[in-house]
Amino acid sequence: MKKIYLLDDVIVSPLGFSTRENLTALREGRSGLKFHKNNRFPCGGFYGGIIEKDSLANAFVGLGDPKKFTKLEQMMLLAVSRILEKNPGLHLYETALVISTTKGNIDLLGNSSFPGDRGNLCGLGNLIRDFFGFQRQPILISNACISGGLALAVAKRLLAAGKFSQAIVLGGDLVSDFVLSGFHSFGAISPEPCRPFSKNRKGISLGEAAAALLVSSRKSQGPVHISLIGEASANDATHISAPSRTGEGLFKSIQNALREAQLCPGDVDYVSAHGTATAYNDEMEATAFHRSGLFGVPLNSFKGAYGHSLGASALLESILTKHSLLNNELFASMNFDELGVSKPLNILRAFERKELKIALKTASGFGGCNLALVLKKEEND
Amino acid sequence: MTEFSYKITDFVRLKNHGIFHGTAPVFKAEKSLALEQFLKESYNKLEIAYPKFHKMDGLCKLGILASEVLFKDHTISRDTALVFSNAASSLESDKNHQQAMGGVVSPAVFVYTLPNIVLGEISIKYNLQSETVFFIDNAFNPELLMDYAEVLLDSKKSPAVVCGWIDLKNAEYDVFLCLISNKGELPLSKENLKQLYLFENE
Repeated sequence: MKKIYLLDDVIVSPLGFSTRENLTALREGRSGLKFHKNNRFPCGGFYGGIIEKDSLANAFVGLGDPKKFTKLEQMMLLAVSRILEKNPGLHLYETALVISTTKGNIDLLGNSSFPGDRGNLCGLGNLIRDFFGFQRQPILISNACISGGLALAVAKRLLAAGKFSQAIVLGGDLVSDFVLSGFHSFGAISPEPCRPFSKNRKGISLGEAAAALLVSSRKSQGPVHISLIGEASANDATHISAPSRTGEGLFKSIQNALREAQLCPGDVDYVSAHGTATAYNDEMEATAFHRSGLFGVPLNSFKGAYGHSLGASALLESILTKHSLLNNELFASMNFDELGVSKPLNILRAFERKELKIALKTASGFGGCNLALVLKKEEND
Repeated sequence: MTEFSYKITDFVRLKNHGIFHGTAPVFKAEKSLALEQFLKESYNKLEIAYPKFHKMDGLCKLGILASEVLFKDHTISRDTALVFSNAASSLESDKNHQQAMGGVVSPAVFVYTLPNIVLGEISIKYNLQSETVFFIDNAFNPELLMDYAEVLLDSKKSPAVVCGWIDLKNAEYDVFLCLISNKGELPLSKENLKQLYLFENE
């Protein structure tokens, strides 16, 4: 099967509006999680990765009037515009747009402060298409917390089948009161910044982000390139809001993705886990990694730095994984204290430099969905 | 071009208070019936003994009813992929959750505010540990469904695919699911998918 190459990318997050700023923050160990007041919570607020509205509007102003676009639209449009700026030769008529979001502009539901049907996911997709003049109808994926990574897998599959030769994969989600109240009703929101895989983890922190990644069937110009060489998803078929105790779907996803990549678990140099910091999720992941034979492989979760950015997270984390491979850098799994899962895991406690070639990115979500992606670094001939 | 020729093995339609298996009516309810009542009567008519059904939101109930009809005459492999799409996402549950936000929010409502939960419910009921995806589109898009189904089949990621449209908005529902595999007579094509979707069973 044909590979796809991961070319330019942009991350818009509380840690900056470019991938470079985000990588600098991660190297310095800075987290985007801050305390935000909200009277829904008994302690008066929650920790989350929220993008500062005014800085976003300042960055957006060259593209349009920030008053006419929602916060999410500004984030997503900014991400795409920066990809287009870096690639002036890109033809929009032959570039597909693959969008992932779980809730889009959900806070516009029943609210008419913005014209059009933008509270609806199709409306959001159409707005992004029309803003730049993409000719193809966007392919929009809403598949819970694996959406961003699944969008990348969908782009690869359709690209490999020759349906298009390049695509911009775009993910975005907000920390809306809608989602915050829902996770709070599950008792899942951590009263402190989340601690993935830790003994003292107390639940998730939410975050907001937009991420965009240009993928192509053609290689990049540089000395090395990163390609997506294996991907798979599988459903647990056990519960809609709790992960499988045996890590069934994630295990199967990892098996299938490695098989497609023609690799064995021992070839994996680094795992970028989902790591939401809920008791059940992290335990399920540890079980699935153990069953997969990924013993001692350096592993982290980016949730301590960004929070869980839902439909953006797996794309954002795939982009960070790409840069880990390119730069031979491994980022610390922030807020980790002491191992709190039943299987041994080699959690990255500090920033490290290490020669890397193969990385595995995983994600899991409500509805029992799981995803695994295998990324590979190769020298250009 | 795909390497193989795939077939539309079977299909199911839920619309206008009716359930159709292929072109044959399975159940036709009174037009005056409210959505909840229609879903319940359909459940009884199809003799589905699955108490979890009653806890589901409308979108998931529609998915279970449609799958029950579609899977009836076939042996379904665990690796059968689910490729669903709609325009309204999980709008009905979104509205219910939003209404509750002023007071007591229920996790049992919130969990249904994702369109892919219907894929999870079907996977649980029929024990499918397969590839699943939920696409959001302005309208039924036979090209995307066919392209994606073919990719899954060609790459051997799935031996069969259930794909289609499952939309619910303001108690109006529109469901069309079909089973794609190498069995059957009707070739998989955009035109055939479109015709079956548009077919009016009156």
